[in-house]
This record gives sequence, C-alpha cells and structure tokens, in this order.
Amino acid sequence: MTGLIGRVDKALVAALGFIVVLLFGGALYSRNFLSADYLLQQLQVASFLGVIATGAMVVILLGHIDLSIPWVVTIGGMMSTAAAGRGGMAGSLAIPFAVACGFGFGIVNGLGVAYLRVPSMIFTLGTNAIAQGLMVVHTSGFAPQEFASPTMHYIAVERSLFGIPNAVWVWAAIGGATVILLRKTSFGRRVYAIGNSERAVFLSRGNVNRVVVACFAISGACSAFAGVLLAGYSTKAYQAMGDPYLLPAIAAVVLGGTSILGGRGTYLGTVAGVVLVTLLQSILSIVQMPEAGRQVIYGSVIILMLLVYGRGQKVVS
Amino acid sequence: MKRDWSFWLAANRGPLIAAVLSVAMFTLFASQHPAGFSLNIVNTAANKGALLAFVAIAQTIPVLTSGLDLSVGMVFVLENCLASTLVVGSPLQTALGVAAVLASGLLCGALNGLIVVVGRLQPIIATLATGAIYYGIALLVRPAPGGAVNEDFADFITGSVGDAVPFSLILLVAVVLFIWIPYRRSVLGRAAYAIGSSEQAAYMSGVPVARAKFLSYVLAGFFAAIAGLLLTGLTYSGEANALLGGSYTLSSIAAVVVGGTSLYGGSGGAIGTIFGAFVLRTIGDLLFVFDMDPLWQPLFLGIVLLISVSLGSFRLLRVKKRVDLYR
Repeated sequence: MTGLIGRVDKALVAALGFIVVLLFGGALYSRNFLSADYLLQQLQVASFLGVIATGAMVVILLGHIDLSIPWVVTIGGMMSTAAAGRGGMAGSLAIPFAVACGFGFGIVNGLGVAYLRVPSMIFTLGTNAIAQGLMVVHTSGFAPQEFASPTMHYIAVERSLFGIPNAVWVWAAIGGATVILLRKTSFGRRVYAIGNSERAVFLSRGNVNRVVVACFAISGACSAFAGVLLAGYSTKAYQAMGDPYLLPAIAAVVLGGTSILGGRGTYLGTVAGVVLVTLLQSILSIVQMPEAGRQVIYGSVIILMLLVYGRGQKVVS
Repeated sequence: MKRDWSFWLAANRGPLIAAVLSVAMFTLFASQHPAGFSLNIVNTAANKGALLAFVAIAQTIPVLTSGLDLSVGMVFVLENCLASTLVVGSPLQTALGVAAVLASGLLCGALNGLIVVVGRLQPIIATLATGAIYYGIALLVRPAPGGAVNEDFADFITGSVGDAVPFSLILLVAVVLFIWIPYRRSVLGRAAYAIGSSEQAAYMSGVPVARAKFLSYVLAGFFAAIAGLLLTGLTYSGEANALLGGSYTLSSIAAVVVGGTSLYGGSGGAIGTIFGAFVLRTIGDLLFVFDMDPLWQPLFLGIVLLISVSLGSFRLLRVKKRVDLYR
C-alpha cells in the first residue's frame, strides 16, 4: 500500500483535486449534480473519450502522436453501421469488422512512422486525410442511412450489471488490459523505454519498429471501437463524428500527467484526465455558458492546470 | 567556389524541389484551364495560395525552433472576425483597424510565447489550449457569420497592381524581403535555427534562447493576422469557423514539411514554405481542371499529401549506420 502511495504522482493528485472542485462547484449550482444517475451518465459519456484516450496515450508514451484519430473514429462508426445495415452474418460481425478497419489504419500509421521514419504528426495527418477521402467516397457525400445493430446499442446505451452503463464496463475492461500491458509485460516496458530513448532500445537489441507499429495499431483499434460505441449511442454514424474528440483526448492524456514527449505517464492519470475533461465540458454546458465562453474557459483551465504541474525542466546546461 | 555552389544546392534541396514542383504544377494548371491563361486565373490562384502561405510562414518560425504553433489557424480565424468589425469606414479608420488587427495578432503570439517560454509548457499542448481560447474570442466577436469590410481596401489587397501582378504576391515578396530575410540574418533569427538544432548547445553558447523563442511565436501571430486580413478581403465578411481554422492549422504543417523545413527544427525557412503552400493549393486546382469527380477529390488529395511527405524517406537510403535512424 505504501508503495502505491509512493508512486502516486503530483499530476494525478492535482487532477483528482480539480475533479473534486468541479463536483463541489457543480453541486453548489444544482443539487442534481451529485445524484448517482447524473454521475453515471457522465461516466458513460466519459467512457467514449476514455477508449480514444487509451489509444492516444499508448502512442504519446512512445513520444509520437496520432492525429488520424478523428477520421478513424468516423471509419469505426460508419463501417459498423454499414455492416449492421446489411443484416445477417455481416450484421453480427459489425463490431469486429469496424475494429479491424481501425486496426489496419493503425498498422499503416505505424509502418510509415517506424519504417519510413516520417514524423508521426505529419504522417498521421496524411492518413487522416485518406480516411476522410475514403469515407466521403463510401457515403457518396450524403448522410449514410444505416442503423446500429442491437449489439452496438446494447454495449453503448444499456445498463445490465448493477445499473452501471455497459460502456463503462467496456472502458474498464480496456483500461485494465492496458494497465497490464503497460506495467506487467516486456512490451509495456519497451513502450516507456522507447519514449525515453529510442536509440538506447535499439542498441539494447529491442525491436523498436515492431513496438511502434503495434502501438499505432492499438490506437487505431481503440479509435475505431470508440466510433462503434458512438454510433451505437446515437444510433447513427455521420461525417466528421470524430472531430470533436481529438483535442479532448490529447488534453485528457496530458492533464493526467503523461509527458507529451513520451516515456512518462500512468493510465490512472489518463482516467482522471478523461473524467476531468468530461466533467468540465458537462458543467460548462449545464450552466448554459455560451459556446464562446466555454471555449475560453476550457483552454484557460488546461493552461492553468498544466502551469501547476506540467512544466518542463529549465535548460541550464 | 564550385564547392560553395554544391553546398548551397544540398542545403536548399527541399525548397528547390517545392519551387520547381509548384511552378510546373501551376503551368500545367494554367495551360489546361478551360478559360485559358488569364490574369484572372493567376490572381485567384495567387490569393488562395497566399492565404495558406501566410499561415504556413507563421507555422514555419516556431517549427524552426523545434516548437509548433497549433493555434495559427485559430488566430487566423480570430483576426478574420476582428477585421470584419474593425476594418470599416473612412480611410483613416480603416488604417487604424488594420493596425489593430495586426496588433492583436502580435498579442496572441505574445501570449503563446509567454506560456511556452516563461510557463515552460510543451508548445504543442499550450498552443492547442490557446487555440481554443482564440476561437472562443472569435465567437465572442462574431457570434454569427457576417460583418463588413471597407470594400476599396478589400479589393485593393485581393486585386492586382497595374493589371499585371497580384497584390497578394507583392505582399508575399515584400514580407520575404523586408521581414523574413532581415529576421533570418538577425541575432534572434539565427538563434531560432540554433535552438532548433540543439537547445542545450545554444544555451551553453550564450544564444538568447528565451528571447528568440518568444519572438518566433510573436511573429507567428503577426503572420497569421496578415492571413486573416487577406481572408477578410476575399470574403468581405467574418466567420468564427472552427473547421476552417483547424484545416488551416493542419495544412500549414503540411506546407511547412513540403517546403523542406524539418519538423525537428533547425533547418528550412519561409521561402520553401511559400512554395510548399502553393504546391498544396495547386493540387486542388489541378483536380478541378482535370475534371475529377468531386467525390474522389478528398481521397486523392490525401494520397498526394501522404506520398509527398513520405518522399523525404529517400534520405534513409543514405544513412550508413542503422543506429543513426533512431533519436
């Protein structure tokens, strides 16, 4: 237990502290804010962002970034609804099919970053544009008319165990698997090592490229799966449905204490970051803050939080 | 003397490729255009290209210091909204409005610079957050699309001088001659390159690291503001459009890379970026004159973008030791 407390970092404490402040402030505004129903609903919304942030975090730990998240999310949503719309065998395979599409995009990202050595920021920007192009061709520019399959609806909307939304269980499962992957496997150790020094991992005979490809594949699969959840939640997929998730996902990962330069960060921090970002967005919409003020406050809070605990080292030598 | 020449060629390979490519592509475009080669086509293409070029120059300078400014697109949108409110009325009022717009661009850049230099936050995440703030202010200034602009001024900056040369091109050349080249040769400009190569070495050599970084973000805000003015001249109105800002931010990074500036900092420059921006803009025009199905255009644009940024990988063939591949 002491080991656990010893490992808890400043970022996590600050993020959790801010979550408490947000909950307290929200409760002052409206009594419903602390009701179990409202909080569970927030967790459900957070789980979509949480799944995306999981993939984003794994890539950020490497010291890379995945900017193809928005349209891979859209691919996940559109491919699953398209397969579900066919019904029958294709319908039952809707979820694995969509996740496989995202996984494939992630592999392409990884190959470009690892083997072609193109900076991840620009390569994933390119694959994002290609994903967008493919989806425009797929829908012929119109809103697709397909609908979510019952399974998608089930995992995204319904609450079957202890009244907790299924989406939260799914996020918990993915999160648990990620923690084990990052903390208990040599693969996870290597992810952190690459984030600290790619060259050192190469010189100690680690296969850098394979780890990079795998991490981007995880990110692609997570984004596509989040797209499936979103499509199940709103029973439709639409163009640019992933656009509002890129910045909050990166913000959540960084607010949770993961270094944007890679090599440092905990999954627990990312969970705190996701909850923090979701609560912040929710409170700003509850107090009926106009969009302009919401954006200003959202940006200012991220800056202020990072000024408290996310500052870099001073260059002294 | 001969060796100097080959060194110059090697050092400027990226910008040169972008320059040749943009000229070739534009010639193809103009020769295939159904209406034939005319001043009108040149002017439209120059305006569209210059719009991205200014945002991309803004992006170039922080990138040289191995930073990044993800708020350039939002500053661009904010200045568009401000210009549609301020750049109106009498010539004097208009001039004051232009000055105010440019000054607020400098202010946005200064805020970014302060957060990055004094706050020591990672530029990528700091400017992501300030981008949201600037977009919020843009919405505050212009909740609904609209506004007006002094039309004489708008027609002047988007028209052509003496019915021959587009004003936007003159403006680009002027910026290069009177801002970029003096900056590049100044202490702080060279410091920006030094920081991009190695911040620690620069610091140890007494390079004014903090001031140079701060100035790079201030200049970024200034150039984004020029682009905002130009956009207002083209549309005669302002709109707080988050999608537009986001797409310009991303295109600006692509233009920087296509123009031969390294995203790791320390090499490249604004001149290559200008050609990079024109390459990206002309691709879209080419798809138009070759009558490509609009449905397939985004996909084709994406493929071209991906291929053009992957072309840099040919340098891998020259790497002798594999360990040099890894940072």
